[in-house]
Amino acid sequence: MNRAARIAVFAVGALGLAIAFLLAFDALPHFGTESHPYGDRSVRAAVAQKTSNVVTSLAFDQRGFDTVGEEFILVLAVLGGTLLLRAREDEREDDSDDAPRSPEVADAVRLTGYLAMPITLLLGGYLVVHGALSPGGGFQGGVALATAIHLLYVAGDYQALDKLRPVPLFKATEAAGVSAYVAIGLAAIATGSAFLTNVLPLGSYQKLASAGTVPLLNAAVGVAVLSSVVVLLSEFLEQTHVVRAEGDA
Amino acid sequence: MTVGYVVAGWLFLIGVYGIVVSRDLVHSIVCLSVAQSSTYVLLLAVGYRDHATAPVFGDIPSNPHVVDPVVQSLVFTDIVVSATVTALLLALAVQAKKRAGTRNPDDLSELRG
Repeated sequence: MNRAARIAVFAVGALGLAIAFLLAFDALPHFGTESHPYGDRSVRAAVAQKTSNVVTSLAFDQRGFDTVGEEFILVLAVLGGTLLLRAREDEREDDSDDAPRSPEVADAVRLTGYLAMPITLLLGGYLVVHGALSPGGGFQGGVALATAIHLLYVAGDYQALDKLRPVPLFKATEAAGVSAYVAIGLAAIATGSAFLTNVLPLGSYQKLASAGTVPLLNAAVGVAVLSSVVVLLSEFLEQTHVVRAEGDA
Repeated sequence: MTVGYVVAGWLFLIGVYGIVVSRDLVHSIVCLSVAQSSTYVLLLAVGYRDHATAPVFGDIPSNPHVVDPVVQSLVFTDIVVSATVTALLLALAVQAKKRAGTRNPDDLSELRG
């Protein structure tokens, strides 16, 4: 349908949806209500499991099976992106060093990128390791670590980025991270409990070695997410810098 | 009914409006992100508790008065899912531009072999 008809249909639908929203919001408990039964129970459970960060406890301990699904979604998305962005029959990959270099960037940008990279790496590592103790976790830390590596690209140097992150290595670590998560879950079965039960000693509150399997699962997820994001971004960057149509110089 | 919920509804409608009137695939993907973020706002608004703090404890709490952490973990999963969807959509947009030569969804209405 043409553009005007599409907008008209949308307007009618949006009006109906807006009315439905307002009616629904009226029926919700008022904003800031004291009554959160699931919240209270999950906080009690997290404290009993000696995990300071209740959200991480929910993600890796109380609802740990959903996180397995989340990890597999990420891996599948990277797989799909790799398949979609592979060189077609009429393209080739140009890995030679006389491929056009990245455009010149300002010195200030370059310096800031190089300075920020070790700081961001440290921050990402901290987020992954302290997932059970303070806000953070495997997913957040993995993304921060991947961002740190790509600050090299932001600082204007695709060649340096390409040499620093060998993609086959990151594909291997991605698989290793996901497998480690599942293996830790299966290890719980070996001790006679259900999949992903928290079977390690819970330790004492706020120590690094507390909350049982949660720090290990966090580390596995951190490695997997870091590798997934690096592989995914490498596919997109190769589209710009490496893949050339047949017949180009 | 408060601003928190109405913001979520508004974000959703404006995101979908952006997709409907979009002339560029990348723009419509970003509008989809906006629509997805409306679900985060709604979930977090539902989980809010007056005068409560974040669900992270420095020491074993005697009387934990915190916001609802269950919806926060739902939003957490939601964000990861939306990031993966965005990545796949962007890959599709790249290939659409290469094969059809255009990023305008109005010009991409016919299937090409």
